[in-house]
Amino acid sequence: MTTTTFEPKIVGFLCNWCSYTGADLAGISRKKFAPNVRVVRVMCSGRVEPSFVMKAFESGADGVVILGCHPGDCHYAEGNYKTLRRYPLLKKTLAQLGVEDERVRLEWVSASEGDRFAAIVNEMTEQVRRLGPFHQNRGKNVKA
Amino acid sequence: MEERRIGVYVCHCGSNIADTVDCAQVAEYAKDLPNVVVSRDYKYMCSEPGQNLIKDDIKQNKLNRVVVASCSPRMHEPTFRRALQDAGLNQYFFEMANIREHCSWVHTDRAAATQKAKALVSAAVRRVYHHEPLEAREVPVNPNVLVMGGGVAGIQAAIEVADSGNLVYLVEKEPSIGGHMAMFDKTFPTLDCAACILTPKMTIAGQHPNIKLLSYSEVEDVSGYIGNFKVRIKKKARFIDEDKCTGCGRCQEICPTKVASEFEQGLGQRKAVYKPFPQAVPNKVVIDAVNCRHLKGRAQGKDICRICQKGIPNKSIAGCETGAINFDQKDEILEVDVGNIIVATGFQQFDPSVIYQYGYGHLPNVVTGLQFERISNASGPTNGEILLASGKKPEAVAILHCVGSRDANYHKYCSRVCCMYSLKYSHLLREKLPDADVYQLYIDMRCAGSGYEEFYERLQEEGVNFIRGRAGEITDTAESPEEKDKLIVLVEDTLVRRKRRLPVDMVILSCALKPRADTEKMARTFGLSRKADGFFLEKHPKLDPVATVTDGVFIVGCCQGPKDIPDTVAQASAAAARALALISKGKVEIEAATATIDEEHCAGCKVCIELCPFKAISYDETKKVSRVNEAVCKGCGVCVAACPSGAIKGKHFTDEQIMSEIEGVLV
Repeated sequence: MTTTTFEPKIVGFLCNWCSYTGADLAGISRKKFAPNVRVVRVMCSGRVEPSFVMKAFESGADGVVILGCHPGDCHYAEGNYKTLRRYPLLKKTLAQLGVEDERVRLEWVSASEGDRFAAIVNEMTEQVRRLGPFHQNRGKNVKA
Repeated sequence: MEERRIGVYVCHCGSNIADTVDCAQVAEYAKDLPNVVVSRDYKYMCSEPGQNLIKDDIKQNKLNRVVVASCSPRMHEPTFRRALQDAGLNQYFFEMANIREHCSWVHTDRAAATQKAKALVSAAVRRVYHHEPLEAREVPVNPNVLVMGGGVAGIQAAIEVADSGNLVYLVEKEPSIGGHMAMFDKTFPTLDCAACILTPKMTIAGQHPNIKLLSYSEVEDVSGYIGNFKVRIKKKARFIDEDKCTGCGRCQEICPTKVASEFEQGLGQRKAVYKPFPQAVPNKVVIDAVNCRHLKGRAQGKDICRICQKGIPNKSIAGCETGAINFDQKDEILEVDVGNIIVATGFQQFDPSVIYQYGYGHLPNVVTGLQFERISNASGPTNGEILLASGKKPEAVAILHCVGSRDANYHKYCSRVCCMYSLKYSHLLREKLPDADVYQLYIDMRCAGSGYEEFYERLQEEGVNFIRGRAGEITDTAESPEEKDKLIVLVEDTLVRRKRRLPVDMVILSCALKPRADTEKMARTFGLSRKADGFFLEKHPKLDPVATVTDGVFIVGCCQGPKDIPDTVAQASAAAARALALISKGKVEIEAATATIDEEHCAGCKVCIELCPFKAISYDETKKVSRVNEAVCKGCGVCVAACPSGAIKGKHFTDEQIMSEIEGVLV
């Protein structure tokens, strides 16, 4: 058994207006957090197609976070509600493809929540680390 | 397809990036990425030599795509896009990797940070490969401006814009403009009378040919975008014909209904038909529908009172002589077009009754700062005489700083103005009651501003007792004869390390300035974000404290955070200048990254039409396809993600571009 800790690769889809700005704020405030989440910026969380998430897992991701504006705060009025509606279906499909529930997370992070962004990154990193690498363990942890 | 020649530039940002990320190693790594022709690292990419590096490489190495790995694109994307343009390249052939905010500033392990920076650069390189040339669109700017809020901030901004010859809609929720400043007695540190300096400005705003003053009105909805907003305003029924009302005040003399006056902070009374204060602008009365006997009776089908209208004939008292009273008036909805919006909605005073041990609300003579302003004000309920509820003059007064501010239980932030206005109260007390003892209970004295520290020194000479310590409790339980019938302030004087009991007659609570209760609603109406403290979020805390995340919407005054009058006025003028800059240019460039539908692939299912939050998509009945109006599209990409035929392309956020980026971050 190897003793080195597993460093998961996590793709973060962040909306430009709230979450990306929140992540920037974490930087400006010099919060320290795990380096495992790599950010892909989209204008709105509503742009995140289910295929993006699947692409991420196919390309070697161990986890995915989708971050958008809090309900009611969307820069585009209601794009995040579209994300919210699409999300359960996405989770269902992912389960069928052997992606454990805990590998994908949807959260709301506002432009002022740098702390929250850092906390989500750390939590998610720990959560995915416990599950182990996706490609090695694919399907083993799925209850469905 | 044209051969891709990509240039990669890794910025050190002085030591900001280079301290945590091995920039040279990242640049070396990028050399081996597909299609990369040039890869360099440099101290400051945003500097002129840094930009010239890119420009020269575009010319000499025939680059046609550029990646800069530096700070957040929210910071310098426009800078580098301009550099590309200067070198004759389409500005959208550019991509930024955020290795500062998202990497060097937030990680400590150099190896891990460098690894992440490489991944981010690899993503940007793979993404930029697929970038397409886009043309930025220009739209005309409507020269009209909406100013929301008629306090000193809104008044200042409105006058500045109006003086330039442009039309301003000044919307105020209350029956009169003036805001909090109209309530104040004096202003620190110069001790000008607040009314004397504000009312002339109010009059100018009220009479300015270019200001359309909409008092007693609310903004219900804002749609559109920079340069072209549509605003729906509700003008609430005043039950007064404004054209006929002369503001003579006869109606308020004879109205039989008395209620607590909001303007007097509950210390005085007003009638159901009233003018909030004598210098109100517009100089018109308003009928308060909640308390008016006639309007209340009408709701139950009765026709009662109407004294303001008819007078009291058997006592030969006449009612309104101009026939201005109109009980049938309804709310009016107005739609106006504006190019810029200045939000100046102000603040709300912290309600100290939640700090039960301070006794506000159940112990007499414990008052808030605003209440003291009214007590001390010559036009206030006591005509400027500082009196207790009993009508006697106080012999000792304590002023408590930081009530609700710098307190983890309420608001962590410093409200910035309380130290200074507390000093002002001390001065007013010493001036009007020379024999009274005045105590100031402070945590720290914060007197930063022109003439502020000098004012503090002056007050020390005026004989005010400064005690460093936050009061623990205010009680009326006397423990000694001299405490009888007094309010006793319990405090630990932290300078002499002693607990003290201060028997006083009046306590003034210098309450925090907090975000207004309707801040959330306002944020949604105007497309604003809020900070952790609840105030509106500015675009950049240092370099752009006036603009917001929504282009064309500016924030000024205390809705952005607590500030004093000089700062508020300066910010208001700054916002006016920003709006005028756009107006004088006449047009504004807007993002070219919109959605577009490939008619060949569109099945005409109309899913996108239902989803679009901006009604930017319409259906072409003859061709049986949907079409995007790119002038209205804001490029959120919701339709792109939802199109079942994959017929909609989100420009600059295409599937190809995002998919390549995903591959890139996972190397």
